[in-house]
Parts: sequence; structure tokens; C-alpha cells
Amino acid sequence: MDFKNEVISLLAEICQDDVVKENPDIDLFDAGLLDSFGTVELLVQVEERFGILVPITEFDRDVWNTPNNIAIQLADMK
Amino acid sequence: MTPYGSFTFFFILAVLLAPTIILGLQGKRFQSYNLFVTVIALAVIFSSSLNQAIALCLFTIWQVVLIKSYLAYRKKANRDSIFYLAVILSILPLILSKVMPYFSTMNLIGFLGISYLTFKGTQLIMETRDGLIKSNLPLPRLLYFILFFPTISSGPIDRYRRFEKELALDISAEQYKLLLYEGLNKIFLGFLYKYIIGYSINHFFISQLRFISHSEFQNHLYYMYSYSLYLFFDFAGYSAFAIGVSYIMGVKSPENFNKPFLSRNIKDFWNRWHMSLSFWFRDYVYMRFIFWMTKKKWIKNRNLLSNLGYILLFLLMGVWHGLALQYIIYGAYHALLMVAYNSFERFNKKHKWWPQNKVTHIVAIIITFHVICFGFYIFSGQLFHKGV
Repeated sequence: MDFKNEVISLLAEICQDDVVKENPDIDLFDAGLLDSFGTVELLVQVEERFGILVPITEFDRDVWNTPNNIAIQLADMK
Repeated sequence: MTPYGSFTFFFILAVLLAPTIILGLQGKRFQSYNLFVTVIALAVIFSSSLNQAIALCLFTIWQVVLIKSYLAYRKKANRDSIFYLAVILSILPLILSKVMPYFSTMNLIGFLGISYLTFKGTQLIMETRDGLIKSNLPLPRLLYFILFFPTISSGPIDRYRRFEKELALDISAEQYKLLLYEGLNKIFLGFLYKYIIGYSINHFFISQLRFISHSEFQNHLYYMYSYSLYLFFDFAGYSAFAIGVSYIMGVKSPENFNKPFLSRNIKDFWNRWHMSLSFWFRDYVYMRFIFWMTKKKWIKNRNLLSNLGYILLFLLMGVWHGLALQYIIYGAYHALLMVAYNSFERFNKKHKWWPQNKVTHIVAIIITFHVICFGFYIFSGQLFHKGV
């Protein structure tokens, strides 16, 4: 499984919704799939699974808004 | 002189900012001139009280020394205890300024804007800890960020990395024209909100309540709604002035309000009301608390953890407004609302009890509006005082 798919399946776990797999361009915050709590869970998992440390204030909701965009941002930080 | 409090202030601003506007419209750089404007504007604002001016200077030196020292330390080491110590030292002046009035009649530490400036110092410590601020902070830029006069008295609370990025940008004549237009628009929106609508609510309704209402209960009920509206128009008006003047100075300060009375629920409300404050607490208190607890695995129950985070956030926010009973109860009230809404949201996700459609959307806005107004009624302190 490539990196992007790994990120998207992690998001599906955290959001508890497979819609992120079907529509990887959905705005997670507008759709109510991700909130502050979910964001922290995501950051903790990203650190544990991929070894990428994302500081909380680096996670700007305007940029890290869709599964695809989150995967792009994380790939940049790898 | 209170910022945006009189026509004299606006007149002085117009004179001071005229060269900025002329330089901007020619596409020339004006940030060095803006430093000069900031110094003069601060002198005008704090000229009425020597005590406050001294307190501001001492506070600024304290923060700058603290931030610079922590940054120097962080390049070599990263101990938890030093980080906690730095955070405590950064909020210490604010704590003292809140507690001191209970012990002495003189308040030598407090000054206009201390509550807001503290957020700027503390965020710099936290972002340094995160490794987001690595390079040396040039002193003029750091001072300019902390003391940026348009937002000095009551925000909006800006973020250093965003602010710094904008200062580095070259603004063309065309872009500046747009900034100027938006800035002036915001300033006139501020006049409408603060000095026409807010003023009218206060002058023609709130101060006449004892003639308008027929009973004690009616009096308090009318006060609750009119005060809520007044608070919004007064504060959103102030914010529009602060943001508008920032734009004219080439800085897009963050927005503070986004139609808060159209919120669908309490969570939505905190994404729309006093946003720069609630986002600060979200990013630097709530999310950090959850992150820390999740990593340490001290509390495994997600629901409980999230609720504890909300309680911590809103009690802190309440105390930040002041140590008076009404602010603490205001914080507790919102903590309770968030916990209750959190449980409801979870329940509803499972059972789909509250459907999503146009009718329920409107009903949700109406319910939220009344719940919010009751919160402002607590905040106003009327609950604890006799009469209006």
C-alpha cells in the first residue's frame, strides 16, 4: 500500500467513516468528520505509525483540510 | 487615550497614517515608517497614565528577555521543567495584575492590554518549544509584533509566524489599493456597529429599562437580550477598527467574529465568537492537553478526556476574563454546555435522533441563541447584583 493510501485509511479509522476513502477531496472540518479532538488523535497516530512529528500549530485547517491535502502535507514532511 | 474611543484618536490616526497610505499607493515599502507610527501611537494611548506606561515597558522587557533566553536554551537542550518554568514566567505578570488588586489599592503591574499581550508572549515560548521558531528573532520585529498598536488594547490576537510572513511580503500598488479599500470598509463597519447600533442599544434601551419594563423579571429578561446584542456590536465594532487599521498598515490581522448569533450549536458558536481568543485556547490549551494525555496514556476514555479538556479550557478562559465570580461561573457554564453537547453529539451519531434538515437547522440556531444570551447574562454580572 502506498503512503497516500495509508494516510487515508488512518483517517478513515479516526473519522470512523469510509466516506474519506470514497471522496478523498471532502473537507473534513466542514463535513464535521474531524474536530480538535480527532486532529490530536491523528497527530499522535502519525507520529507513532509514520514517525513524522507534526506540531499542533503547524496543522493549519485551511491547508490540512481534505484527506488528499493531508497526505500531500505529510509526504512533504517525511 | 483609549484606542478608537474618540474622534480625536481617529483624527490623530489619519494624520499618522497619511504617509503610510501615500507610500503604499506608490507601491513603496512602509514598514519602517510604521515602526515610527507605532511608537507615536503608543505614546498617545499611554500618555494619560505614567504608571501604565512604565508597566507596559517593564512587561515588554520581561517578555523579550524571557523569549530570547528560552530560544537560546532551546537550541541546546529541551527539558520539560525548563519549558514549564518559561510558560509560568510568561503568564506571571498577568497573574500578578489580576491578583494584586485584592491585596492593595495600587495596581502597579496592570496596564491596558496586558491580558492580550500575554497571549503573544506565551505562544512564542510554546512555538519555540515545538521547534517552529528556530532562527534568532530580530528585536525590532519581535517588539513590533508584541506592541503592534492597532490591536494592543483588546486584540485580535495574532500569531507570530503569520505576522512575520506578512511583513516580509512586498505589497504592490495594486494590492495596497485593495488593502486600503478593505481597511476603510472595516473601519466604517466599526462606526456602524460600535457608535450607531451598539450606542443606540445602550442609550435608548438598556439605560431606559427601568421605564420600559413592568416587573423585576421582565427587567432582567430584557437586559439579558439587549446586553448580548450590545456586547456583540460593541466588541465586533472595536475589532473591525483594529483589523481595518491593521490592513492600512499592510497587516491582515485575523478576524474575530463570524456571525456568532447564527451558530447551530455551542461548538459552532466558539468557532464564530471572539475567534482569535477561542482558537488560541483551542491550539495552546485544549489540543496540547489532549495530546499530552493521549501520549502518556493516563486517561484512556476518549469521552472523559475530551470533556476534561473542555472543562480546563473554559475555566481558564473564565478566570482570564477576571477573578470575579461572574467570570468563573461564565466559564463553568460554557464548560458544562460543551460537555453536554459533546455527549449529545455522540448519542446522535449512533441513534440519528436529531435529523439534519432546514427546519432543524433553524430550530438549532434559535435554541443556541437563547443559551448564548443566558451566558452573556451571567457574564454581565447582573445575576449577582441588585437591580439593573
